[in-house]
Amino acid sequence: MPVFDLATTELRALNASLHALDKNGENAEFEVINPRGAHAVAVGIDAPVDVHIKGSVGYYCAGMNETANITVHGHAGPGVAENMMSGKVVIKGDASQYAGATAHGGLLVIEGNASSRCGISMKGIDIVVKGNIGHMSAFMAQSGNLVVLGDAGDALGDSLYEARLFVRGKVKSLGADCIKKDMRPEHIELLGKLLSDAGITDVKPEEFTRYGSARQLYNFNIDNADAY
Amino acid sequence: MSHKHPVTTPRKSATFDDYTLSEIRRAAATGIYDIRGSGTKRKVPHFDDLLFLGASMSRYPLEGYREKCETSVTLGTRFAKKPIELKIPITIAGMSFGSLSGPAKEALGRGATLAGTSTTTGDGGMTEEERGHSETLVYQYLPSRYGMNPRDLKRADAIEIVIGQGAKPGGGGMLLGQKISDRVAHMRNLPKGIDQRSACRHPDWTGPDDLEIKIQELREITDWEKPIFIKVGGARPYYDVALAVKAGADVIVLDGMQGGTAATQEVFIEHVGQPTLACIRPAVKALQDMGMHRKVQLIVSGGIRNGADVAKALALGADAVSIGTAALVAIGDNDPKWEEDYNALGTTAGAYDDWHEGRDPAGITTQDADLMKRVDPIAAGRRLANYLKVMTLEAQTIARACGKNHVHNLEPEDLCALNIEAAAMAGVPLAGTSWIPGQGGF
Repeated sequence: MPVFDLATTELRALNASLHALDKNGENAEFEVINPRGAHAVAVGIDAPVDVHIKGSVGYYCAGMNETANITVHGHAGPGVAENMMSGKVVIKGDASQYAGATAHGGLLVIEGNASSRCGISMKGIDIVVKGNIGHMSAFMAQSGNLVVLGDAGDALGDSLYEARLFVRGKVKSLGADCIKKDMRPEHIELLGKLLSDAGITDVKPEEFTRYGSARQLYNFNIDNADAY
Repeated sequence: MSHKHPVTTPRKSATFDDYTLSEIRRAAATGIYDIRGSGTKRKVPHFDDLLFLGASMSRYPLEGYREKCETSVTLGTRFAKKPIELKIPITIAGMSFGSLSGPAKEALGRGATLAGTSTTTGDGGMTEEERGHSETLVYQYLPSRYGMNPRDLKRADAIEIVIGQGAKPGGGGMLLGQKISDRVAHMRNLPKGIDQRSACRHPDWTGPDDLEIKIQELREITDWEKPIFIKVGGARPYYDVALAVKAGADVIVLDGMQGGTAATQEVFIEHVGQPTLACIRPAVKALQDMGMHRKVQLIVSGGIRNGADVAKALALGADAVSIGTAALVAIGDNDPKWEEDYNALGTTAGAYDDWHEGRDPAGITTQDADLMKRVDPIAAGRRLANYLKVMTLEAQTIARACGKNHVHNLEPEDLCALNIEAAAMAGVPLAGTSWIPGQGGF
């Protein structure tokens, strides 16, 4: 297994090696040590590879990931897994702002807490946060699922579109056009699968509340001007 | 015997003119602000207010039919492994699929390629028509990230991070539901028929320090191959350009208030941002102060219409210009041949700007399957290429008359201004004087 020590190796060499992998090849395995908060670690991968990052990373780790499984054994800075297309990213610690921003697919698991704007503008990704999430999370979220085992901060789901939000704890406040919705059987089933994919077995889907769009802001109406 | 006093001619208010009155009545009737496409329609100081001096006793002209005047431009020489080489210093500005029809995007790609220049995607992602027919394609990276994916990023020739645009510095966008066809909805990952809001700020960075890291990420993802452009609206050009350089831009695109938009509030278009002419010199000064003029290339857009405008922008220090509205006109926008259809929409050819409504008689700003058939992408692309060639020949004609063997050798000293405002904005003397008003800081 190739080991990249970012204390002695340039980030460029790591990302270039990851980009050189054959997207149709055998599953590879990489280890990254001493990331020491480096930005853009393991970004733009498009190949089957398990990347184990031993330590904390800065901005945009796993950005635009396709196919790869990336695990950060530490904390992640802003924008982890931003615009991810597929694959799986696991953060063993906490994640900073904009986790999973605009991502189109794949699964992002944050075992600690996520800061503000988690899942902002998400476009199909599934995000599972074992801890709490900060304010303005799922802002303008378009599609995909955000699962939070803990609490959510202010203005959850402001101006969201078709993304589904599942929160097990308290929600400090809901954003514009975000409302509480019924948990129907298909949501229980979906949530069960998401929890299972995230490796969570000690929590039941029935413990969550579902939130989504009231769809009142989908077409501009002057009578809704106060909501903007 | 009747007696009539002389009466005064009916006099309308200059303040409350016909347009203003009609807008008050429209607002009162609808309760919603006016949304439209295109750029500012008010008269602002512009390139028409500048003149070239030409050669004389102290300057030798070049022979138009014998001596070469180069027009090529290379963009992205600062960091990118693969800079863009263009034959002409005129590019096609970013315009979205969604706002424009597929055939219109194809025509822009075909025309740009024939002329040896680049075209640019827009909000909504990259279409096959556009990639397939554009030899050099710049991929816009916008706040909404609609259709944004790494596969398209990697097959682009350059990446343009959009911070703002001249029609609406500080504003996001809106694509109204009537233009959201199945295809547009699919590309943007949203339901059909709803209004799609494009955010005004990027979702995963705030400010120039973050942007520097974002650029590092984009370079890493694309293996440092692609030139990275930063596009700003004409707000605070000196500081915006300085910060873009600091953030790591290879190329800066500066769009003045005459630059168009697909759809924005009229009040925004007409009252926010600076005229293109006012933006160029402060931007060039910032580059010069940082020792980066010609190292970080500057593309100016907003109201470029002919080769004289191109030559004037280059003389003021730009490396290239970009056209949007003019390119649309070249491929058929607002063509008088559709006058009856324009009249049916309550407007006239040349004034049609309800691009957001999707009923464009010219088939350009629409997703209507029948209307878009009015654009023949091959013929329209040819017209755009012709127009680009004419602009280039015009710019060369002026450059030769000023004794320059490359259009980039034009300089402010080749210019004078017709009025005080233009002299101050362009930093060139008022015609007949040596007076440059406004010197002493921006």
